Amino acid sequence: MNFTLKVWRQKNKNADGKFVSYPLKDISPDMSFLEMFDFLNEELISKGEEPIAFDSDCREGICGACSMWINGRAHGPVPGVTTCQLHVRSFKDGETIVVEPWRANSFPVIKDLIVDRSSFDNVIAAGGFVSINTGGAQDGNDILISKDDAAEAFSASICIGCGACVAACKNSSAMLFVSSKISHFASLPQGKVEARNRVQNMVAKMDEEGFGDCSNTYACEAQCPKEISVEKIAKMNREYLTAKLL
Amino acid sequence: MSDIDSKIPEGSLDNKWTKYRSTVPLVNPSNKRSLEIIVVGSGLAGASAASALAEQGYKVKVFCFQDSPRRAHSIAAQGGINAAKNYQNDGDSVYRLFYDTIKGGDYRSREGNVYRLAEVSGNIIDQCVAQGVPFAREYGGLLSNRSFGGTQVQRTFYVAGQTGQQLLLGAYNSLERQIGIGSVQMFSRHEMLDIVKIDGKARGIIARDLISGKLERHFGHAVLLCTGGYGNAFYLSTNAMGSNVTAAWKAHKQGAYFANPCYTQIHPTCIPVSSTHQSKLTLMSESLRNDGRIWVSKKKDDTRNPNDIPEDERDYYLERRYPAFGNLVPRDVASRAAKERCDAGHGVGASKMAVYLDFASSIKRYGTIEAHKKNIHNPSEEEINKLGKEVLKEKYGNLFDMYKQITDENPYEVPMRIYPAVHYTMGGLWVDYNLMTNVPGLYALGEANFSDHGANRLGASALMQGLADGYFVIPYTIGVYLSNEIRTKAISTDDEAFVEAEKKVQDQINKLMSIKGTKSADHFHKALGMILWNKCGMSRNEKGLKEAIEEIRSLREKFWSDVRIPGDANELNIELEKAGRVADFLELGELMCIDALQRNESCGGHFREEYQTEEGEAKRDDENFAYVSAWENKGNNSWDLHKENLEFKEINISKRSYK
Repeated sequence: MNFTLKVWRQKNKNADGKFVSYPLKDISPDMSFLEMFDFLNEELISKGEEPIAFDSDCREGICGACSMWINGRAHGPVPGVTTCQLHVRSFKDGETIVVEPWRANSFPVIKDLIVDRSSFDNVIAAGGFVSINTGGAQDGNDILISKDDAAEAFSASICIGCGACVAACKNSSAMLFVSSKISHFASLPQGKVEARNRVQNMVAKMDEEGFGDCSNTYACEAQCPKEISVEKIAKMNREYLTAKLL
Repeated sequence: MSDIDSKIPEGSLDNKWTKYRSTVPLVNPSNKRSLEIIVVGSGLAGASAASALAEQGYKVKVFCFQDSPRRAHSIAAQGGINAAKNYQNDGDSVYRLFYDTIKGGDYRSREGNVYRLAEVSGNIIDQCVAQGVPFAREYGGLLSNRSFGGTQVQRTFYVAGQTGQQLLLGAYNSLERQIGIGSVQMFSRHEMLDIVKIDGKARGIIARDLISGKLERHFGHAVLLCTGGYGNAFYLSTNAMGSNVTAAWKAHKQGAYFANPCYTQIHPTCIPVSSTHQSKLTLMSESLRNDGRIWVSKKKDDTRNPNDIPEDERDYYLERRYPAFGNLVPRDVASRAAKERCDAGHGVGASKMAVYLDFASSIKRYGTIEAHKKNIHNPSEEEINKLGKEVLKEKYGNLFDMYKQITDENPYEVPMRIYPAVHYTMGGLWVDYNLMTNVPGLYALGEANFSDHGANRLGASALMQGLADGYFVIPYTIGVYLSNEIRTKAISTDDEAFVEAEKKVQDQINKLMSIKGTKSADHFHKALGMILWNKCGMSRNEKGLKEAIEEIRSLREKFWSDVRIPGDANELNIELEKAGRVADFLELGELMCIDALQRNESCGGHFREEYQTEEGEAKRDDENFAYVSAWENKGNNSWDLHKENLEFKEINISKRSYK
């Protein structure tokens, strides 16, 4: 297959960036999207040019490192997958594919397609945990948890922290990310003890980090590679109101 | 006699750890506040160790090369975590987990370490449940279990097919809590490039800020390497792209022994290689072998669609060869059996280097059970199929999706095609019972050390070991060393040792940048991978290993004269990062072959073709090789071998049979 890749190139955080076009020929349809980038980078290196910098690690859709904005969508055109799980066969032969980094004030560009997502870690550090020290836990089976509650918690805890929700949102809101962690703990007895503080601290930190508000466009849900539901945001809002009002 | 001391405490096996941890020297809380610990790596071992030590009051610095500690590759572990809880009432016990692990490791691990691992396994589950890890549950609300290879009980706890993710996020959340409190300082996008030693003790590290390219000096009273395994030496593996041996290798070059480098785990169930552009391999969890049956056609070069091959023309070769364990034989055994069938011409798929993993009979079995539960009498085949697929979806949904995404085939309808791939390394830095290397103050935890899995690791035991080391071993054993360090004031990083170490690192970077050759780091990495896979992979022989050593030496020379690294060292430079890691793999690769060459026996993941039984099973030589090989680096790619003899007092060392 043949493609033209139009890729955002930016030397560093302070430099201006621009799009550069790269024609690609004879790409195997079985190649993954990032393998196509590897291939292009090999070409660039052999020509003595600087390869395109992008984040990627596990390449199986679970670490959350990869983060490309492809043809106007986080992680590209196929719903429910990360960039690393995307295959070239999902694109049309001859297509021009535009690739940018995540765009959000809270995710400054570091180089080319790499952004700084440490704001996510900071939100977790503000309350995304159960405050128990190592060693004193009771027997695992002492806490009975229904299959449904475990499943509900799991449906939120699968968030990979990639930042697609922020990139997809016109307000750069982190509500889906933050609400996933809140919902995870809110669905389990272990999370109840600190529920009030958790939601207030995490929401305050989210605001402090400069993430925007939610205006219910559901773009986050549509582009989340793990297809986490916006119901988590509703749940977080309930938790927040309960904490504030009661 | 061993010439190295593993410091296994005296006393009866079942009381060693209890007694030891009750008598090790302690550090009082106010002294802990002035003791600094460096943790390199933020996976299960690193994150758990860092949070547990910070909770105790130590000052902790954590380093990871990823952009966030949550991305460490522990996150990709799928199937589960073992613990001797005996919740299923099926005869499990600490002793049985201990026994299974020693036998699974083909009698090449330490009794004392493994028993301790089995003992603390239950605490790990309790800890993770309390953190809010959403483990799979039964209808009554109790924790659910499944089976893994090499065992006949159900002791594996799991969260769908993403147990590693959930356990790591639990540890990550605990770590972030300590970061928020200020007791852990986090350095992400930092790569450790050397250990700093003062008076023979590890006293800090040199790290490179991967964004600015600047080298930094960091002091610590102790340094913990939790940096994972070296499977990426093979280029293609189930490891993450960034997984590397650099931290461990730098430690090795600073005097830490590297143990059993030839023990590599080739995992039997991975998605087969499909093209030369492939950048990594994807695992299909061993848990699938609970419900999937492995087979090939009895006919050679059979090109029929698998669903058209009648039952009596299929060879369920694991069930045939190993009736007692069937599809749940350990990984090394299953991998070799797959290779044997493919080499004999029975491989499937376009490449003929694959076997089938088939879920049809499980779909039928589960569908029938579900129909009964739902009070459907005389269910149609269609209904059974539908219900059965729903059960599989709940158990393995994400794995099936992943398979479909990669291969474009639907595993609910046609059998998966799988083939073995490099997955885990049992070898690693040599450590004593305290998890300390032979360099005082330098520790290795998790996959980075060698200690618990012998020559083959059982499934669902890596998560167990990583968290055991971090949550429940190091918080006790580090006191043995640090209790003697309470008078050591923080050493200034202007100290000569730091200056020199930084200069050495800078020199290597300069050297790499100045080569300005013609080939990328990946080019050399792929070439090394091919050599290792072909000659030091699933089976090895003397001739091949000798050739491999020569080939690696010449490849290394080419690398150092022809690698091309575009860009600058004083900025984010991924090619420079890669080149540094490949340089270390090129040295390690040679040692892997040297180790495989000296071990004239077959055991676990190390299968020497010259040493096999008539039935093609591994032939161990306990008289001559019941030792850990611990390699001392003598500089210029030469090594001395030290042997730690393995003593089996509790277990009767015997033939390892799963028949």
